[in-house]
Amino acid sequence: MAAWKGLTTNVLSHEPAIYENSFPVEGGTYENAGHVSSQIKALLKRMKISKEVVRRAALVTYESEINICSYARSGKIVLRVTPEHVMIEAIDEGQGIVDIELAMQEGYSTATDRIREMGFGAGMGLCNIKNFSDFFRITSEIGKGTHLKMVIRIDKDFDGI
Amino acid sequence: MTLREIKDLLDAEVLVGYDQLDKEIKTAFGADLMSDVLAFAKAGSLLLTGLTNPQVIRTSDVLDIAAIIMVRGKRPSPETLRLAEELLIPVLTTKYILFETAGKLYAKGIVGCMERVDDERAFT
Repeated sequence: MAAWKGLTTNVLSHEPAIYENSFPVEGGTYENAGHVSSQIKALLKRMKISKEVVRRAALVTYESEINICSYARSGKIVLRVTPEHVMIEAIDEGQGIVDIELAMQEGYSTATDRIREMGFGAGMGLCNIKNFSDFFRITSEIGKGTHLKMVIRIDKDFDGI
Repeated sequence: MTLREIKDLLDAEVLVGYDQLDKEIKTAFGADLMSDVLAFAKAGSLLLTGLTNPQVIRTSDVLDIAAIIMVRGKRPSPETLRLAEELLIPVLTTKYILFETAGKLYAKGIVGCMERVDDERAFT
């Protein structure tokens, strides 16, 4: 499920980072769900990145964070900002995804009632993440965990909504 | 329409954001499913919802939602209100049901943040 459209991970890791940090996310609880996303959003805003890029980055981070809270034991979100890209990785230790193709289908979900009570689990998360990223890649190992990589291009000529 | 006019129209109570009532609002989105809010709601819109947990506030923060109207007389927990105060997101509560709330706003010129989901999705 690689959708890199000509951009490789290597290119990104060779770009000098303006900012790089890792944020732990607690799994199995919603107590702090969304906390990292709000933090990352505020950080990107302060970097004077366009509103639209900040919004998309916050959205994919939030969906990933909710996924970790919903399905994983623990995880982290890694933010890497270069002059041209915002890269977000969501790495978790958890059950993993059995069938990624199925999980990517709109409407497919394995959510519990608890997740649905919170207003999630409609089977939109991964679709949203893919649709709001310029580049998206998902890998997963059953019983070990899931790794999402999202990249959003910073277009300097476009200053948001 | 300003948030103050919306408050009067809906006979709503302001729970958070008295200082933001002059905010101008043109569009709205209504749903109890945060997954759909994340997929479709646009920045600057009003969110009409019957959900009251803290994730409503987080979702609104992520999307730059202008204000939240909790319908059907729902009142959020102190935890939800604290988060709204921290993230500076106005929260109002109205006794009108979602359908009536939307209808009253529509009659005054507030439109949906999109008309149909197949027209354009909020992927910008």
